[in-house]
Amino acid sequence: MLGAEFVAMILVIVYVGAVAVLFLFVVMMLDINIAVIRQGFLKYMWAGLLVGGILLAELITVFAAWKMSDSAEMLRAAPAPDPNAMSNTEAIGQILYTDYVYLFQASGIILLVAMIGSIVLTHRTRTGVRKQVISEQNARRPIDTLEVVKVESGKGLQ
Amino acid sequence: MAVGLSHYLTVSAILFTLGIFGIFLNRKNLIVILMSIELMLLAVNINFVAFSSFLGDLVGQIFTMIVLTVAAAEAAIGLAIVVVFYRARRSIAVEDINELKG
Repeated sequence: MLGAEFVAMILVIVYVGAVAVLFLFVVMMLDINIAVIRQGFLKYMWAGLLVGGILLAELITVFAAWKMSDSAEMLRAAPAPDPNAMSNTEAIGQILYTDYVYLFQASGIILLVAMIGSIVLTHRTRTGVRKQVISEQNARRPIDTLEVVKVESGKGLQ
Repeated sequence: MAVGLSHYLTVSAILFTLGIFGIFLNRKNLIVILMSIELMLLAVNINFVAFSSFLGDLVGQIFTMIVLTVAAAEAAIGLAIVVVFYRARRSIAVEDINELKG
């Protein structure tokens, strides 16, 4: 587990509980023709393979050749405490709410903006829905709607 | 076999390449492109956590959570845009999204 159990659990919970369910709902909501999606698969496969292969080769070169500097140990911003003395969750909490509290608040704002944004984007006002409007009902006066007509006998209304 | 840093880096490189591959392979479905972007962000997260653990610096794990937040927000907004686009055009094919071309 690399001693990073908090991040592991958070990743599982967020990806399975939120992101996967979100994708699932959208995939179920939109009816998409799979047969149409499949065409053009072979056409783009070679371009994809080429770019993917180049990128993989680059990553292998980078990861095979790197070496940690001797002074890297000194440059640690928040050295991890001894796992026997303090759990990973506790250690993260102690720096997340003190040294990195602005990052924490900023991520909260990001989530809030995302929430409001997706609500605003997908919200639609329906037409043809008849709702009760209390203020209109209260403002209604007899003079606006009723008319007293004196009908003379034998003539009727025109 | 002990799991070393290079194993984590290999997994993350493979995941990242799969994400790139998914974007290039798929020219039809917008949702698959969003999933590929999520995959690439996840590969970056694996790198962060692996280096954070092997260097003994907790900042990598803090930054992983920031990346996770941004990934979740991006998924929510992206899927909202997909839903709005589907309502307007009855399709989410990438080649149908050419309204913004000048």
